Amino acid sequence: MDHSGISVLFEGTNFQRLLGGLWVTVRIAAVALIIGLILGVILGVLRTFKNRPLRIILRLYLEFFRVVPTVVLLFLFYYILPREMNFNLPGDQLATLVFALWVAAEMSDIVRGALISVPQHQKESGKAIGLNRYQLYRYVLIPQAISLEIPATINLATRVIKTTSLLLLISVMDVINIGQQIIEANNHTHPTGVFWVYGLIFLFYFLIDYPLSWWAKRLEKKRLERANG
Amino acid sequence: MSSWAIIQQSLPMFTKGFELTLWLSFIGIIGSIIVGLIVSLLQYFKVPVLHQIASVYVEISRNTPLLIQLFFLYYAFPVIGIKFGAELCGIIGLVFLGGSYMAEGFTGGFNGVSKGQLESGKAIGLSRWQLARYIVFPQGFSLSVPAMAANVIFLIKETSIFTVIAIPELTNTALDLIGLYYRSNEYLFVLVIGYAIILIPLSIILTLLEKRVRYGSFGN
Repeated sequence: MDHSGISVLFEGTNFQRLLGGLWVTVRIAAVALIIGLILGVILGVLRTFKNRPLRIILRLYLEFFRVVPTVVLLFLFYYILPREMNFNLPGDQLATLVFALWVAAEMSDIVRGALISVPQHQKESGKAIGLNRYQLYRYVLIPQAISLEIPATINLATRVIKTTSLLLLISVMDVINIGQQIIEANNHTHPTGVFWVYGLIFLFYFLIDYPLSWWAKRLEKKRLERANG
Repeated sequence: MSSWAIIQQSLPMFTKGFELTLWLSFIGIIGSIIVGLIVSLLQYFKVPVLHQIASVYVEISRNTPLLIQLFFLYYAFPVIGIKFGAELCGIIGLVFLGGSYMAEGFTGGFNGVSKGQLESGKAIGLSRWQLARYIVFPQGFSLSVPAMAANVIFLIKETSIFTVIAIPELTNTALDLIGLYYRSNEYLFVLVIGYAIILIPLSIILTLLEKRVRYGSFGN
């Protein structure tokens, strides 16, 4: 018997299952972001130090994560960690690790960019009143860099959320994977179900990312208005 | 078999994947620039109705993942009677995604032209079109070069997602070979080198280009 396609979303526990998958997606993105942001701030601060070898290593770290597509990063960790290092992680933790390292790399560049764009006289005034290096970062540079960083950081968050769509490739039970299962299980009774399931997932992603990027745009606009007086 | 022999044996297949990645990226980037240019012009001139449609497109495209855009094109569209081959789906998906990124890049450039320049133009009596033609576009385009460069790199990397609809590009080739022969280290090594060969020289060239067009920031 043919049903209208959209009813597939509400058959049995389908909708709850999709929401459950979405939760897995959001959780991985959130944990990766938190770890990545903290690590990224530390790396970003280190990259403003004068120590040359340290700067080169951190730059290489950044460039590696920039050059290699995220799909490939996932597979590198997926195959190489267990085989070469005997380090077995379940898919969701592996993905969290990869995304966190990737966020840290991108974040280190955002933080570094913001720190070096704090006007030089601010730094010199700080030194003149006798702040040590820790105090200089803690009270002068980081607070001023944060307003520069926030829009870029929110944009990074939207990218991470979009990138979680790749979880499917390493068999994590994310929202897309569950969607596929529902499509396959209901293919006979709901031949147009595929349209509605993918449509709903499309909408889920949009509903999460749109408010975030709207917020980032607004903050950026405000900042530019302030900067231009 | 030694690792080197494994790699050597796989090179013809990787070369094919490499060429396909380059080709699809090239078409996708050209398409994205065209769409991006049209969208940014619609927004710049605030063409009635069309500029609202353009804004909706930009938001949808930028806030959803390429993977689900591709799934929609490849699996869901045939249900309503629209069917494309995998490669065409890939290109359409990439242009749909890239168009909005390029549009944002151009728009950012146009908005970046300093107010003083616009006011001087108005002061010497330029019309709205002349202002756009002689002041906003020449400076705006050169200001948008860094964003364009970032987008080009981004779009090339995004082609790796084409593997989900089984387009035999670089990533798909590597995953196929791993599935067949279980030599993941070797194939992943070639895969990373493949992307590095494309992206490292390209990002160097783009950085040089950015330096050459710096004059666009005149008056800022």
